[in-house]
Amino acid sequence: MDVLIFLIPIAIGLGLLGLFAFMWTLKSGQYDDLEGAKWRILEDDDLPSGKAPCEPPGGSQK
Amino acid sequence: MTTADVSPSAPLSGDRDWSAFATPGDEGRLHMDLAVEGITCAACMSTIERGLKGLDGVAHARVNLTTRRLAVDWEPQAVDAGAIVRRLERLGYRAHPFDPGRLTAEEDAESKELLRCMGAAGFGAMNIMLLSVSVWAGNVTDIDAPTRDLFHWVSALIAIPIVAYSGRPFFRSAIRALAAFRTNMDVPITIGVVLTLGLSIFETMRSAEHAFFDSVVMLLFFLLVGRFLDQNMRRRTRSVAENIAALRVESAALIGPDGTVRDVPLSKVEPGALVLVRPGERVSVDGVVEEGASDIDQSLITGETDLVAVGPGDRVYAGTLDVGGVLKVRVTAATAGTLLDEVNRLLEAAAQAKSKYMRLADRAASAYAPIVHSAAALTFLGWWLFGGLDVAPAGIIAVSVLIITCPCALALAIPAVQVVTSGILFRAGVLIHSGDAIERLASVDTIVFDKTGTLTLPEARLLNMSDFTVERLLAAGRLARASRHPLGVALAEATRAVAPPAEVREVPGRGIETAGEGAVERLGAPDFCGADEATVAALHERFPDASLVAHRDASGGVIVCALRQGVREDAAAVIAALKATGYAVEILSGDREAAVAAIAGDLGVDRWTSGVKPADKIARIEALKAEGRKVLMVGDGLNDAPALAAATVSLSPVTAVHLSQAAADAVFLGDRLTPVAVALRVARRAKTAMVQNLGLSVVYNAVAVPIAVAGLVTPLIAALAMSGSSILVTLNALRLRLGGDH
Repeated sequence: MDVLIFLIPIAIGLGLLGLFAFMWTLKSGQYDDLEGAKWRILEDDDLPSGKAPCEPPGGSQK
Repeated sequence: MTTADVSPSAPLSGDRDWSAFATPGDEGRLHMDLAVEGITCAACMSTIERGLKGLDGVAHARVNLTTRRLAVDWEPQAVDAGAIVRRLERLGYRAHPFDPGRLTAEEDAESKELLRCMGAAGFGAMNIMLLSVSVWAGNVTDIDAPTRDLFHWVSALIAIPIVAYSGRPFFRSAIRALAAFRTNMDVPITIGVVLTLGLSIFETMRSAEHAFFDSVVMLLFFLLVGRFLDQNMRRRTRSVAENIAALRVESAALIGPDGTVRDVPLSKVEPGALVLVRPGERVSVDGVVEEGASDIDQSLITGETDLVAVGPGDRVYAGTLDVGGVLKVRVTAATAGTLLDEVNRLLEAAAQAKSKYMRLADRAASAYAPIVHSAAALTFLGWWLFGGLDVAPAGIIAVSVLIITCPCALALAIPAVQVVTSGILFRAGVLIHSGDAIERLASVDTIVFDKTGTLTLPEARLLNMSDFTVERLLAAGRLARASRHPLGVALAEATRAVAPPAEVREVPGRGIETAGEGAVERLGAPDFCGADEATVAALHERFPDASLVAHRDASGGVIVCALRQGVREDAAAVIAALKATGYAVEILSGDREAAVAAIAGDLGVDRWTSGVKPADKIARIEALKAEGRKVLMVGDGLNDAPALAAATVSLSPVTAVHLSQAAADAVFLGDRLTPVAVALRVARRAKTAMVQNLGLSVVYNAVAVPIAVAGLVTPLIAALAMSGSSILVTLNALRLRLGGDH
């Protein structure tokens, strides 16, 4: 049972890590626009080459 | 991709001073929030962002697709706000900046706090459950006491800070309620949480077999989820309402000391300033006319559809429509004796009366708390005096009664239904301001409608269209296109005419005429166009409440058109349906008797009153309430605002004045009256679901309490019972979505 001395802190540490990650996402405003976020994934603006398409992605949407 | 319709005739960015809408941001930049018309999809989002970032000096542009808003930051040296708005316009989007004085960040902060508490409680619940499951498994196998104690101590170490942090929303609300000698649902929650935590620590210290750290943190987590959903629903409604307010451009044309005119947000207009009001515009402030003469449409204020002539020295009110000439208005503060002040005073009194309404949840809480707390006390006394137990074990059993009855299901029973219902209503075009409006809507048995702007549409309709040939009407409509008078605009809309004549001259107070070569065409008052009196008299006979507009074409032929504010398309059907359902329907209007009688006759409403003042409206509603009736008031004008606040529950169309929208419990969108009927129907079903949920909670408690009183509660049973009952009431609320009402 001595192994618990390591395992419990590790488990709680991992949980805390998740909690801090959540607090950080909240603070940086990542839940402010859930509707827009799913479309931003598809954008190529962040590519280094200037080859971003002229037509906006998702142009077939209504 | 859409190209929003930008009217070429009215460039929005013209002489507008957009910089007044900007607020200072980071690093010397300026920041502006805009509501953008025409954003429909992700493509619009990237078009706007890319288009704006292409401008020099724009540091940051981000569209929020959920709220349909745009946030821009820019360097004031490199570019100005006007250039940003013009670029947006070229991209095909009309932008309307928010008045920085009217945006509040309060609820956003509250919602983020709830999310943080929820995150912390979620972390705690998961980690403690990990330890608890080990203890439960160990208890039936071979766990030794020191290991179990270690697990309990670690749980305590997590639970104490988590409860202190995540419980704050409940503790605060409970303390506020107790300080005011009231009780709400947060009082039993707080007592339950604190006692459970205390008992668990006590049990851990004497190395007992059971501790309830898992239950207490899980309870907080479930309750916070409910709170957050509730908060989120109100935030969504509010953001839509704010967008609508911004789209209606609440700004004023301020005349500077040097005579320049700038459009500025209303919050920047001080009493004593001079404001320009142009024909066809809404007056945006209360004030006294300094210069100019005009006719004012006060229907939004008094319900009266007749125009009122104003000149220097006359008062004008915010929300009225200038249909005549240019006015210079000196802004006054809302001092004693004005119409607005009177309305405000009535409004306050009415709102106070309304706050006495006791919500279903609070009523349940006030019945629940004494029963549960005395049950726990009796359990303690019973075990201690007659069961032969010591004080400590008897106390533990008594606290376990509190734990198992901790009002998880009860606290979720009503918010869960409110969240689902407001979502359904949101999709039906009804925006609810407060969750308890749903309960009040369900109790309604009498509906009082205002006429102008509520049963009728704000725009006028052509009544005698069938009298004329299409070509003749088109000729009139083309000239009407050049008019800014609301009746001219309405005539142009009715005929669907385009291409107004190139040169048009305005004859103040009379109408307009063509100024080009050839014979003169005229549009305006019947005598201005030379209409014969017999025709005019006959039309007055046929449409007693209509306004008349005449047109003389190039050949000298005169037609007279009768226009009246049209009844909402589906008003008759909706009122018939409401009456068939058993509601008593009434009309209370500030307009003339003839106009009200005609509408009431068309819609089949027997009880109507005309020419009523705001105080009379309240008196009528109070009289109805004194008869024991529950009144729904539907109205839009400033004169309706006090009545809206006095009624049991109230609805307001989205075209209503600001004050009325704030006084109403809900706002409905669109040109139809159907949302009123839908709201009533949905609310009745929601009320049923609420009562069912309360019933489920009672049944749950009826089963759980005897187990607890008998001293048989283990942490496992408490955890199962708590989550089971919460899930049950949530599912029952979700069942509402399955109905076909949306």
